[in-house]
Amino acid sequence: MADTLHRSPVLRHREDAFARLPEGLEIVAEPDVALADLRVPEGAVASATGVVGVALPLEPNTWVARPGGQVVWLGPDEWLVSDADERPEALEAALRAAVAPHDGAAVDVSAQRTAVRLRGRHARALLATGCALDLHPSVFGAGRSAQTTLGLVGVVLLALDDRGEDYRILVRPSFAGYLADWLLDAAVEFEPPGPAAAL
Amino acid sequence: MQLIRCPWCGPREEVEFHYGGQAHVAYPDDPAALTDEQWARYVFFRDNPKGAFAERWSHSAGCRRWFNAVRDTRTYRFLAVYKPGEARPEVAS
Repeated sequence: MADTLHRSPVLRHREDAFARLPEGLEIVAEPDVALADLRVPEGAVASATGVVGVALPLEPNTWVARPGGQVVWLGPDEWLVSDADERPEALEAALRAAVAPHDGAAVDVSAQRTAVRLRGRHARALLATGCALDLHPSVFGAGRSAQTTLGLVGVVLLALDDRGEDYRILVRPSFAGYLADWLLDAAVEFEPPGPAAAL
Repeated sequence: MQLIRCPWCGPREEVEFHYGGQAHVAYPDDPAALTDEQWARYVFFRDNPKGAFAERWSHSAGCRRWFNAVRDTRTYRFLAVYKPGEARPEVAS
């Protein structure tokens, strides 16, 4: 349950600016959810399947949906498990119980990242102004993820559709304000021509 | 900007990586038995070749994994990348 995390939404002061974005762009600060960093040694990956609900993605830079959230590949033995319905400590405990006997580990990192949803037909072009990766849906379609930099910020970027119009950006809360300001600034070039809108 | 190929993530911009010095510097079997000079040689002395050089790199802005690379110190071109634990590949510089 997202409301089990009592944290001030770090982007609440940007919501008015988000509402004034040009047509074709939409930014939503998503509710905080439980996040756990899961480490499982190669060979014991299947031990987590029961709790996670799906097989851990083994291909680098991919993510898969799971009941209540998603599993993101972070490294050859590391995944980020999210859950919107579970308390962070319960998610951590359940994962740890499953993988600890196999020398795995699970740590609650719910406070480490917050999620920003970026949607709209200009979404890919907006990201491309600050991200060096090829984001074309043919190589970065639904199910792809990347840990990279956007602007000057380290992010985990998730592609949610195959049209380049829906992304989730996981960012450290202390950088979220900067990232939001950067996105809003980058969005200016998608304003329709005409008298400059007040920012 | 130069792209460096992470063994897991593929080609990424150089700024995502962090340099980790010479690769394949083995930890001494019995550190306590070393003289101060031998220990200092292990800690501080590194090769400085002109040409192919095996180095450690970390994909610090990405998957945060360490890997090894053979880089030509004259041209800065990466000749090979390989995972930790793998033998240094033979490359022509």
